[in-house]
Amino acid sequence: MTTSTPALLVEDLRKHYGDVKAVDGLDLSVAAGECFGLLGPNGAGKTTTIEICEGLLAPDSGRVELLGMQWKTDEHALRERLGIQLQETQLADKLTVEETVRLFRSFYEKGRSVDEAIGLVQLDEKRRARVGKLSGGQKQRLALACAIVGDPELIFLDEPTTGLDPQSRRQLWDLIEEFKSLGRTIILTTHYMDEAEILCDRVAVVDHGHVIALGTPQTLIGSLGAEHVIQFAVETPATPIDVGELRAIEGVRAARDLAGGFELQVSTLHRTVPALLALVARHGGELAQLTTHSASLEDVFVSLTGRQLRDE
Amino acid sequence: MSDRPNPLRELVSARFKEYIREPEALFWSFGFPILLAIGLGIAFRSKPADAVHVAIVSGTAPTEPLATYLRRDSALTVETMSADSANAALRTGRVALVVTQLPTGGLRYDFDDTRPDSRTARLLVNDAAQRGAGRSDPLASTNRIVREPGSRYIDFVVPGLLGMTIMGGGIWGLGFSIVDQRRRNLLKRLVATPMSRGQYLASYLLSRLVLLAIEGGVLLAFATLAFGVPMRASAFTVVTVVVVGALAFAGLGLLIASRSRTIEGVSGLMNLTMLPMWVFSGVFFSSENFPRVIQPVIKALPLTAVNDALRASMLRGIELPGLWPQLAVMIAWMVICFAVALRIFRWR
Repeated sequence: MTTSTPALLVEDLRKHYGDVKAVDGLDLSVAAGECFGLLGPNGAGKTTTIEICEGLLAPDSGRVELLGMQWKTDEHALRERLGIQLQETQLADKLTVEETVRLFRSFYEKGRSVDEAIGLVQLDEKRRARVGKLSGGQKQRLALACAIVGDPELIFLDEPTTGLDPQSRRQLWDLIEEFKSLGRTIILTTHYMDEAEILCDRVAVVDHGHVIALGTPQTLIGSLGAEHVIQFAVETPATPIDVGELRAIEGVRAARDLAGGFELQVSTLHRTVPALLALVARHGGELAQLTTHSASLEDVFVSLTGRQLRDE
Repeated sequence: MSDRPNPLRELVSARFKEYIREPEALFWSFGFPILLAIGLGIAFRSKPADAVHVAIVSGTAPTEPLATYLRRDSALTVETMSADSANAALRTGRVALVVTQLPTGGLRYDFDDTRPDSRTARLLVNDAAQRGAGRSDPLASTNRIVREPGSRYIDFVVPGLLGMTIMGGGIWGLGFSIVDQRRRNLLKRLVATPMSRGQYLASYLLSRLVLLAIEGGVLLAFATLAFGVPMRASAFTVVTVVVVGALAFAGLGLLIASRSRTIEGVSGLMNLTMLPMWVFSGVFFSSENFPRVIQPVIKALPLTAVNDALRASMLRGIELPGLWPQLAVMIAWMVICFAVALRIFRWR
């Protein structure tokens, strides 16, 4: 395999369920050694896409190539070289951590030792514990151990941290960083912006079954032309505030009406905030709320679709 | 890189561990058939024939010497009571027969002719009364008592229980476990590895056979040691019947589990499959009791074939060549079920 062969190549992928176009003309190319994120809201078609790539679902049409091979002709060879974590797999409760990893190890010709896989996901202390007794984060790490015990070249992780507490999420991020440093290709789906920003070299933002933006997290955020986001709400203004007025303020790149307030994308926070306060005062209103944050992938998604990525 | 564990051995051992770490499942497979055998063994144990209770109505005539004549027969327990009490005792089944002495010197028997013990009592009482009154029998007769293992109810029911264990193990063991793995997305996860699907299925068959050897062995050892249930055919014949039967039910279990995604769905299918066999296939009573027109259907059920073959071999000592009709039924079920199940099996 030459280095120019992409680890994953997807062209014009389509999968429809009746009227629902789960995947609708999706293209992707992931280079070997990359950590690539499929980012999008629930129901965007991320899981359908990744399960087609994993050879678990047949597409209606389109081309999928992994490590230069195709599912139709090279299924067994591919299975040997892929590591997969599915969304919501419940491993057998009655088996121990060690027994589970050894079972998965037995399916692969070559791979890591059971001890090594357990060590990599830091479950050494739990190796004799039954799977049913593990916490959510520990179960997810065990699933990761099963995914990497065959020492795969390409690892698919579908929503690896969904439903976990912040501490477990951070622990899992550290593990994924470690696999990245081993030079393996990782493809993960997530609907957490911060996860994609921290872990992924490149992300594809997916909505309604196709890619609406592609690039490094930094490029995508940079494409907003704004580094900061201001959200505010005004109480009892004498005259209503117009979005057009807000756009005219110095440093504002975009402004939108949100339920109960406004959102501004801003390049120069230190100039815009005083001007905004002056404008609110001119309208005889009082600020009920004012928050600012650095622009994130979340804002990229909002600016592309006009919708929040997820409701929080 | 490291040495690869043997996948089939790992799969079988995982099956086995999952099973023995489930205490309820252990009870249902081992405890239940034994408790049932103990219960039935006590209920139908071989014991001196029960004495039949009969009542003589007092007041119509002196109860002697009639009572003395009747007491000479050890098979009768005689009580004297008033007409009202006697009738009440008859209605509630406490006595099987009421004897009333008529003013003419004759006897009247009150009894329910649908009760076998009442009919027996009528014959015994009449015989004892007539002889006591001086009847002499024209033909001399003697009794030789024959109580032989192989013809008791416990002998009939143990092969039935074994058949039921084979059926339950195959259908529950595969059906429940496979659907549970599918429901948990675990089947899909396994299919996402290079695991051989053939080895996956083989692991179920092997673990079933190992467990069945233990379950069936415990039941048969218990039945032989505690009740003296006979084992007249060769062990090879009985083991062959058990193994072929187990494979037939494994096929049926696989077929039942081939599509369902929920435990509720598969439980319904399992009950739908097993219930007719519990009723018709002669577990607790002979399937010959059903009308002749449906006998061909009953004979075609896999549990009937297993039960008939087990009884024929264990109780009558019939070896494999004589069991071919039953084995043919089992093999047909096995082949058809596996073929259909593998064709329609939902791996994801």
